[in-house]
Amino acid sequence: MKRKKLSYAKYGYIFSIPFVIAFCLFTLYPVIFTVLLGFTDFKGIGAVNFHFLENPLQNFQTIINTPTFRTALGNTFLMWGMNFIPQILLALVLAAWFSGTLFKVKGQGFFKVVFYMPNIITAATVAILFGALFGYPMGPMNDLFASLHLSDGPIEFFRNKWIARGVVAFIQFWMWYGYTMIVLISGILGMSPEWFEAAEIDGASGWQKFFYITMPNLRTILIYTLVTSLIGGLQMFDIPQLLVTKSGPNNATLTASVFIYNQAFSGSYLYNRASAASVIMFLIICVLSAVVFFLMQDRYEVRERKQLKKVAKELKKKRKLEERGMA
Amino acid sequence: MTNKKASKGFLTIVYIICGILTILSIMPFLIMVINATRSTTEIQQHAISLIPSSHLLNNFQILTGKSFNPLRGFLNSMIISTGSTACAVYFSTLTAYAVVVYTWKLRQPFFTFIMAIMMIPAQVMSIGFYQFMYQIHMTNNFLALILPSIAAPTMVFFMRQFMLSALPLDIVASARIDGSREFYTFNHIVLPIMKPAIATQAIFSFVSSWNNLFLPLILLTRQEKYTMPIMVSLLKGDIYKTEYGSIYMGLTLTVLPLFIVYFLLSKYIIAGVALGGVKG
Repeated sequence: MKRKKLSYAKYGYIFSIPFVIAFCLFTLYPVIFTVLLGFTDFKGIGAVNFHFLENPLQNFQTIINTPTFRTALGNTFLMWGMNFIPQILLALVLAAWFSGTLFKVKGQGFFKVVFYMPNIITAATVAILFGALFGYPMGPMNDLFASLHLSDGPIEFFRNKWIARGVVAFIQFWMWYGYTMIVLISGILGMSPEWFEAAEIDGASGWQKFFYITMPNLRTILIYTLVTSLIGGLQMFDIPQLLVTKSGPNNATLTASVFIYNQAFSGSYLYNRASAASVIMFLIICVLSAVVFFLMQDRYEVRERKQLKKVAKELKKKRKLEERGMA
Repeated sequence: MTNKKASKGFLTIVYIICGILTILSIMPFLIMVINATRSTTEIQQHAISLIPSSHLLNNFQILTGKSFNPLRGFLNSMIISTGSTACAVYFSTLTAYAVVVYTWKLRQPFFTFIMAIMMIPAQVMSIGFYQFMYQIHMTNNFLALILPSIAAPTMVFFMRQFMLSALPLDIVASARIDGSREFYTFNHIVLPIMKPAIATQAIFSFVSSWNNLFLPLILLTRQEKYTMPIMVSLLKGDIYKTEYGSIYMGLTLTVLPLFIVYFLLSKYIIAGVALGGVKG
């Protein structure tokens, strides 16, 4: 059997070729090219030639010292945090409710479908829709405020930088909490029911079960959610770009991706600076993902799982002994 | 038993919160669809209404009378999304097949490599991609948006997981005995077995390609090449500034195909999301 398989080994290489070629051509080469451009004087629309700068780090220095870039970076983190913290909290609560053993929420299927729905809609459409909803001087939000007598006249919502940021963060939250909820539910449902039974017998309340069994065992999935949300969130583009005109007051909603886009595709087409900014963003994302992985490494989980299993077993044993004693 | 009684009041709170969230999910789209049927003057008087009006056609005419061409955008998005989805599912399954079925020297390193590149934030590095495409005259060419999908590491990972549990290697072996060539075995025996996984992954690949704005926006500069999300971004421009009704109309048109797909396939989509999460 083994000898036979060996003779087919070449197909392993042949069938991997398309993937490798596409990866090298469309991911690896562009990444290297971007890094390269960061060290050059490449700019201007339709430019073909470029020279390496005498001071290779000049673009990077310029970018880091650009206040707009720092603002963009700060905004990106701020708006990601404003969306992620409430998102993960709500998703956790909903996941606990929907997968709970204590009570059954009727219409779960319906709620899941409805909560996940915004995620599937084009982000560009959602951004423009919310822009229209918060329209000035006339828009549904202004209409609502007026009919509830909350405002004297039409409010230009996005004039306030915190409202502008808040709406960007809210849209992200609104689009993603359903997704996170479903992922967490599937994580909870994947856990051994024995752990919960054992805890129940031990007299643990719903909250105790959630904090001492569900949460620790969700760690891997929480890391996964955190990392994917971070990588996606730091590349946030469509919503800040299309929701508020010109990134709002004092660049309140300018994100790193929008900054890179503006550098490269508007004004003086500074591809070299945009590349330098891209490399900085790339490094930040890589470092942060690595840090998250490192901080929440698997071995804790393994240890904890072992401990839990031990506890559960002991509890079971105890129960059996007690049952016998009773009889 | 006090637990049960307490949970009844608690359950009411659960339903109230779920109800609020439901309204939050539906309301923006409901306002959008209804306002698509109302005239700009009606919207200016009252921006929220639950009663549809009769200006649907009029809004559509104003919308398409300017630069917004929904049919063109729909077709372009369709071509790109279908092409890239086909590439992604076919070649991801093929790559997974190479990793699962054959024993070759670099198999394990190759799979480790796929895992490592899964999280690369490639969008951030799109300047190099754009310049590369510009130099080989591939801007305004849909292939620039389709071919990169051949290398979809996350999907390869998913296909591998599915293949490990769903594809008995005996089938491959017996196909060989029957004289089937390796490539033929893959196309005619393995692909049909992989159908459920392919269907799930195809939905997500299609939707994410359909919704993509950044890359099409920088690559496609000619109006006749615009995709649906780029068309949508035109609604932000000055030409539609006061045409509220037609803005809502345009938004509705872009959302409609997604709504149809979602409500037909929501069961599979939700199941797919749940599956994707467990892999962590």
